[in-house]
Amino acid sequence: MFEVPNLADYNIMATLPVMVLALSTCILLLVDLFIPTERKHLTALLAAIALGVTLVLAVLPLFDLVEYGDGPLAFEGTFVADEFSNMVNAAVLITALLGVMVAPNYLERSALQRGEYYSLLLLTTVGVMFMGAAGDLVVVFISLELLSIPLYILSGFRRGSAASEESAMKYFLLGAFSSSFLVYGIALIYGATGTTNLQAIWQTIDALAGQETSARYLLMAGGSMVLVGLGFKVAAVPFHMWTPDVYQGAPTSVVAYMSVAAKIGGFAGLLRVLVAGMPNFVLDGAEVAAWQDTVWILAALTMILGNIIAIVQSDLKRLLAYSSIAHAGYILIALAAGGRAGYGDDAARAALIYLMAYVFTNFGAFAVVIAVEGNDPTHTGLGRVRGLGKTHPMLALAMTVFMLSLVGIPLTAGFIGKWFVFQVAVAAGLTPLAIIGVITSLISAFYYLRVVWLMYFEEGEGEASMPRTLAWAIGISALGTLLFGVLPYLLSDMAREVSLAFGGG
Amino acid sequence: MVPLWMYLMVAASLFCIGVYGVLARRNAIAILMGIELMLNAVNINLVAFWRYQTPLALSGQAFAAFVFVVAAAEAAVGLALIINIYRRRQTVIAEDVDLLKW
Repeated sequence: MFEVPNLADYNIMATLPVMVLALSTCILLLVDLFIPTERKHLTALLAAIALGVTLVLAVLPLFDLVEYGDGPLAFEGTFVADEFSNMVNAAVLITALLGVMVAPNYLERSALQRGEYYSLLLLTTVGVMFMGAAGDLVVVFISLELLSIPLYILSGFRRGSAASEESAMKYFLLGAFSSSFLVYGIALIYGATGTTNLQAIWQTIDALAGQETSARYLLMAGGSMVLVGLGFKVAAVPFHMWTPDVYQGAPTSVVAYMSVAAKIGGFAGLLRVLVAGMPNFVLDGAEVAAWQDTVWILAALTMILGNIIAIVQSDLKRLLAYSSIAHAGYILIALAAGGRAGYGDDAARAALIYLMAYVFTNFGAFAVVIAVEGNDPTHTGLGRVRGLGKTHPMLALAMTVFMLSLVGIPLTAGFIGKWFVFQVAVAAGLTPLAIIGVITSLISAFYYLRVVWLMYFEEGEGEASMPRTLAWAIGISALGTLLFGVLPYLLSDMAREVSLAFGGG
Repeated sequence: MVPLWMYLMVAASLFCIGVYGVLARRNAIAILMGIELMLNAVNINLVAFWRYQTPLALSGQAFAAFVFVVAAAEAAVGLALIINIYRRRQTVIAEDVDLLKW
């Protein structure tokens, strides 16, 4: 009755980078058992090697140097190793490498040296990589869980600290709640189209176009529930409640990693499901996808609320949490632009470029927080950066670069990201949304530049501890931020061949 | 045969009961039970759609099996986190866990 496929038909080679990382994660978990507590930096080194090898493997096809396997489709179309997934891989692997770099010293001084940290971090990375390559709704769901569950544990990694445990519980309860929305939505989409494969969903919706069937109501409900589930993961308003609490309570080295990685994963999933799978789901007479209005409103709310609430924050980590909410709004603009036929690929490119810029900028900002917070995890008040300009000029300079990049000042990566996003928004007829984006960026300058003001123009102790690996991570982030800002074509060349939409365009 | 919409109604009601449980209960364990109800509603949906829409392709049933596994993994991690909180504060009432606020 059922055909047994041949192993060669699966095209396993196409999944090479993610398989290498998944396998080495399992090995790392075992090897770590034999490494004594006082030498856990060895585990970090092994994790970094695994990530480095995977990064090289993932970057080679991005520049068309090699091609793994036979075409992009693997496992009967459930895994799509295309340019989009290559770019997602590169972004998340760089984040993970930086995340491993800042960890050993932070864990040592917080007395948290347990090797599981690195295995969990690598598992999340595997989840994000699978999400970038998802060609099937089942894969979307499984990779969302694979990237979330280790993050729940990592948020509570500072055992014995009430704030860390509390943040883990909040993150877990809200995360599990929202992922059940996601999977209910997926079930409805499956019911409407009779398949979980994204390409087949696209074809079915195309065939249904213009017909008055019950499938459209299922698709409408299903699509919006998927938006709820993934909107939570990327911290879009009104699903953002968990973000400041979790960011404040969780260990800073974890926050630095997850603020970027979870966002990459969530947006990769949103782009795959909405822009690749359902861009042609159009209600009668409309020119744009049915979900575009909803994303429009989410993007506007996220940018406005995120930026305005960030102004009143007095804690560095909470400020950066609201800033990360606001940045989710900017990427949602690109997503909304993908709702117009023919703009799907441009929207995906803009979102990827923004995320790539965000990797260095946001990670760098959190790495600076790690440097100033010292031995006390509650020491993250804004006042901690006072006087940093005099005591640690290089650190203050790096922080200034990150803050300017988060505002979106030219010659920084943040500007390039915003440029591409606003450009695709205007091209797709979303000028009002782009205007909201520009105005909220101006508002955001207020609180970002206040940090710079505090560092240079106010007296303070300006204490910071800068072990060598942390200094390297901050340096690389600052360099990346400036490099992509000065040479934007590096990013746009990388993203040029990204193609997400099935119907072309 | 029982029509498809009846299964979908049962699943939708179960999902809503789960949502109510999550929003209205104060005990973290009870919230977790609400989440499990929501996931089981999804399973009813998946299997019903499989039986009525695509009985020849196994994807719906296979997906339901995946949902089981993920529900188990989530429960394992969630209970561990809740026990951790309980050891420190002797409470699992979500509202009493309120250190972090803006």
